[in-house]
Amino acid sequence: MTTVATDAVMDYDEAMTKFDPVMGLEVHVELHTATKMFCGCPTEFGAEPNSQVCPVCLGLPGALPVVNEKAVESAIRIGLALNCEIAEWCRFARKNYFYPDMPKNFQTSQYDEPIAFEGHLDVELEDGSVYRVEIERAHMEEDTGKSLHIGGATGRIHGADHSLVDYNRAGIPLIEIVTKPMVGAGERAPEVAKAYVSALRDLLRALDVSDVKMEQGSMRCDANVSLRPRVGEPLDEAQLAVPLGTRTETKNVNSLRSVERAVRYEISRHAAILDGGGSILQETRHWHEDTGITTSGRVKSDAEDYRYFPEPDLVPVAPTRETVETLRGTLPEPPGLRRKRLQSDWGYSDLEMRDVVNAGAVELIEETVAAGASAGAAKKWWLGEPSRRANAEGQDIVTYAAGLGLTPAHVAELDGMVAAGRLNDSMARQVLDGVLAGEGTPTAVADARGLELVQDDGALEAAVDKVIEANPDVAAKIRDGKVAAAGALIGQVMKEMKGQADAGKARELILAKLQ
Amino acid sequence: MSSLSRDDVAHLAGLARIELSDAELDRMVGELGVILESVAKVQQAPTDGVAPMSHPMPLTNVTRPDVVRPSLGAEAVLAGAPEAEQQRFSVPRILDED
Repeated sequence: MTTVATDAVMDYDEAMTKFDPVMGLEVHVELHTATKMFCGCPTEFGAEPNSQVCPVCLGLPGALPVVNEKAVESAIRIGLALNCEIAEWCRFARKNYFYPDMPKNFQTSQYDEPIAFEGHLDVELEDGSVYRVEIERAHMEEDTGKSLHIGGATGRIHGADHSLVDYNRAGIPLIEIVTKPMVGAGERAPEVAKAYVSALRDLLRALDVSDVKMEQGSMRCDANVSLRPRVGEPLDEAQLAVPLGTRTETKNVNSLRSVERAVRYEISRHAAILDGGGSILQETRHWHEDTGITTSGRVKSDAEDYRYFPEPDLVPVAPTRETVETLRGTLPEPPGLRRKRLQSDWGYSDLEMRDVVNAGAVELIEETVAAGASAGAAKKWWLGEPSRRANAEGQDIVTYAAGLGLTPAHVAELDGMVAAGRLNDSMARQVLDGVLAGEGTPTAVADARGLELVQDDGALEAAVDKVIEANPDVAAKIRDGKVAAAGALIGQVMKEMKGQADAGKARELILAKLQ
Repeated sequence: MSSLSRDDVAHLAGLARIELSDAELDRMVGELGVILESVAKVQQAPTDGVAPMSHPMPLTNVTRPDVVRPSLGAEAVLAGAPEAEQQRFSVPRILDED
């Protein structure tokens, strides 16, 4: 059994009055190349254990790694999209450590010669302001194998009798993107961290270099946090001049929400220790999604303990400037600019667009509009019930909708049924409920539930006549030009029609008869 | 070149997960020291005006296309494993690391 002592934490707002947070984020991205970084083994997720392994993966004697051309191109494109310099010449290095997740006892990585360096990514925050994240480097390396710990109560390492290792993942191309210390964010540090990882995910998705599925581990974030005494506002010269404090590195924070929570937690934990006169131990921390806390991992090795040296089995990577410029030409429209274009195409206000972005529904709406819906309707339906339910489930809207089989085509179909006068708004909501409950396509749900506006104008006209007759005083007001009074009659007509009427049409009829 | 201390050897043994007795530690300090001294002779070579190198071949950009080639198959992969379980390599429990 793992017993975890709960650390003291300081209230976040109080911590912010005393300390200035500094972060550094390391994001590992698995490329979705067909093959591994240094051999032709496939990279499919979820394959039978050890079925995608060869002598190179195992580091068997005589095995010779050869670099995946596509992985290098992807690395360069990522570097360019992050506004980095691209190395004219760089090498791989062996990072030596003795641990069974790599059978060859080293990970092939890059050390002092990364393929990309000195870049930045501008990140839009929820209020529309922009924080520039400075990028230190992006380098190529390979992923490690996956261990399964047997005998421990929770599948974790503590209490395990032995471990079982699957090397399918060992050797999958990985790009590690490292920021410079992120300063000046102040109390917004957790939000900035989340916004950065989110913007990076959007960028990598637009580049089409990775699945960027945090829940499957194809994008993973390590969050370094340190505190220094607060002496002024976050961006004051004096504050920026205060030396950085000791950092901790919280490993494998694997959802956007967790990035924000983990940074916030570490800030509160450091603050309690420092405020009590203690000092921070430089170590890795494990993030626990369920309890929302971190616990101590191992004391961090110094870089020299990894005894890096240039990889003798691989020759240098030296992309020509022509290659780099050709790859620059393949970069997609940056997600930030794309959003501005879509906002203008869709006619959304800044606030509306921000709601859509924060809901993670940009792509869904784009596809829904492409499938024939109006931009207004696409937003209304996606940000309504599906968003509310996804939130309640703690999932993002894309994952949630995919899980239930709700597609942009469905929403466009629903909007089409409203536009064609088959459904009114409240019926459309019922149809959407049905689709969310797995009852089929909107048309199928409407058919099965018998939802259809009464197209029989005779029936509607009869209802209108009946309601006008029953309300002579209201009718008189409308005849006198008080058109707003029609609302009361429309409600009664809809009641007469048991909701199965087009309210707009009812209004037209009432006004036609009384004016 | 600074000489190797007993602590250095103990630290390296720890990184390599090798347990050394006191007697072995003492012996290794001497043996590794001799090897280091021998290799250190390379540093006497005149290298002024010589570009650093890490590879004897004047090659760059040796790559392969991103095309799948057959893997070994799990049975062959595990054939060299001292122990296997659930089609995975079985390794001793790993302490205090994750």
